[in-house]
Amino acid sequence: MAQLSPERAHQYWRRNLWLMAKLLVVWFVVSFGCGILLVDELNQFRIGGYKLGFWFAQQGSIYTFVVIVFYYTRKMAALDREFGIEED
Amino acid sequence: MPLQTLTYLVVGATFALYIAIALWSRAGSTREFYVAGAGIHPIANGMATAADWMSAASFISMAGMIAFMGYGGSVFLMGWTGGFVILAMLLAPYLRKYGKFTVPEFIGDRFYSKGARAVAVLCLIICSVTYVIGQMKGIGVAFSRFLEVDYSTGLLVGMCIVFFYAVLGGMKGITYTQIAQYCVLIFAYTIPAIFISLNLTNNPIPQLGLGSTLAGSDTLLLDKLDQIVTDLGFREYTTDVRLSTLNMFAFTLSLMLGTAGLPHVIIRFFTVPRVRDARSSAGWALLFIAILYTTAPAVAGMARLNFMQTIEPVPGEPMAYEQRPQWFKNWEVTGLLGFEDHNEDGLVQYGADPATNEMVTIDNDIMVLANPEIAGLPNWVIALVAAGGLAAALSTAAGLLLAIASAISHDILKGMIAPAISEKQELLASRLAMAAAIAGAGYLGFNPPGFAAGTVALAFGLAASSIFPALMMGIFSTRVTREGAIAGMLAGISVTLCYVFQHQGVMFVSSTSFLGDMPANWFFGIEPNAFGVVGAVVNFTVAFAVSRITAPPPAQVRDLVESIRVPTGAPAAGTH
Repeated sequence: MAQLSPERAHQYWRRNLWLMAKLLVVWFVVSFGCGILLVDELNQFRIGGYKLGFWFAQQGSIYTFVVIVFYYTRKMAALDREFGIEED
Repeated sequence: MPLQTLTYLVVGATFALYIAIALWSRAGSTREFYVAGAGIHPIANGMATAADWMSAASFISMAGMIAFMGYGGSVFLMGWTGGFVILAMLLAPYLRKYGKFTVPEFIGDRFYSKGARAVAVLCLIICSVTYVIGQMKGIGVAFSRFLEVDYSTGLLVGMCIVFFYAVLGGMKGITYTQIAQYCVLIFAYTIPAIFISLNLTNNPIPQLGLGSTLAGSDTLLLDKLDQIVTDLGFREYTTDVRLSTLNMFAFTLSLMLGTAGLPHVIIRFFTVPRVRDARSSAGWALLFIAILYTTAPAVAGMARLNFMQTIEPVPGEPMAYEQRPQWFKNWEVTGLLGFEDHNEDGLVQYGADPATNEMVTIDNDIMVLANPEIAGLPNWVIALVAAGGLAAALSTAAGLLLAIASAISHDILKGMIAPAISEKQELLASRLAMAAAIAGAGYLGFNPPGFAAGTVALAFGLAASSIFPALMMGIFSTRVTREGAIAGMLAGISVTLCYVFQHQGVMFVSSTSFLGDMPANWFFGIEPNAFGVVGAVVNFTVAFAVSRITAPPPAQVRDLVESIRVPTGAPAAGTH
């Protein structure tokens, strides 16, 4: 199995951190943002029969969490391939 | 067939299944006992994690809490799912790469100290024991309500079942039973929800039904609900904030960090073969959990509506007590529903004003347990709910007991007291530790301490303030030292415990509370259950401060941290 040089390992970690940071922003925005801090503003709009802010708090944030984790899994699998450190 | 017979049949069939699985999946080595041989498929592990995670609180209590809190109940929905995002990205892959058996073992190695490992064991046991009490109580209660056996007999039967598969099979037996338990509980949760959604809105998908119009009218379900509750003086369902925006923020974040830091969930990710399986497995777990967690708000809203419309079918004309439906009588017997006719007019007046409200007791749990009866669903659905509630409580109890047992046999006995014992001896010790843990949890179930009700939420605060920060710093920093981690964990868990005790009493004995449980005395209005996040901040701050003034970690610790960040070269779990 491939062993990364310290520089490559460092690069790999930086790329991973950057991906995590981006996804954590999405995680924060859908739950704490749309579901809590901005809920009153968003409740002026509707999605189906739901008030939008209420929908984010009780439905939308959860759907987004699922998407985030699967997206991270896919991106990391691609990153592993790029660095030649795929597990068999 | 009478309901009682049907319930015995359904619950008996699920128990027979769990025992069959136990006989088939006995553990032959410590590696099988602690991490199921690290050979579980990620989807299967996702399912097992979902059952491990969803406890009696998720299955029985959560929808009821949301039904009476409305929008404020969202803290549980977001908090108990959002933690998996943190777990999947920030913890699980690296801990799987580290590849050993327990959470304290990682903390001990990363912070190069048996002291750190011992403190981690202490935090683990405090979190897991507070959590397991709630499950034991759930098992006893489910038995006594559905099967009409008394609480202690019910608890004893539940303990025997767990004993059978957990002692024989360890993590391996627990994993396969949890997969079966997930299927039972998700089926039991969604079937009544689908029926009720169809009844109320003609839409079979509860998640869409909650956002639809009521059958045979143009009124939206949620608008109708808002109107009914405000007419009776309650706050509007869809906008009822829990205490304050800051409190909701802190509560949600505490539950998320606690979710990511609970050891019985983390060790589930040690059971998959590869690092990338740990990542995808977290996704599958979250997906399986989301099926229940997006159905719960629909169950909550619809049950509240059904309940209100039963008590007051036409606005201004409450139901007569003598004409109450059968389910009302059934649940009055259990003490979960209570009516007192203050003005002696024979009518059931229900409202937000305590002076005129005559529904003196409405237990949250009734919303899920009595829901099928309120909606008039067939008996087999009610029997299914009983089996589902038991599956949820048993699966979580087993996971927690394994976390406790492996901390005792692997971290304390093998790690500190007798490192020389053979694999066979350790396996025997782990089985004995498991048996002892079940006996201990059973004892607490038979003699529930006064604080049993508050324990599940407390477990999250404790995990968020002790284990979660230690793991984060262990993975993301090479600079945090042994002294820093130990001081941080102790400071975090103490601050959280003190805050809870000072407002709710030492060990929840309310007379010993020295600051009183009232919002005016709360730190920035944050309720005790939401305080874990403050404890976590204290933990991080103390750890970094102490690390600055102590000698940096040795070189091999930096090598360890570098190696867990890259997936290849992952040693198989348990190869020491």
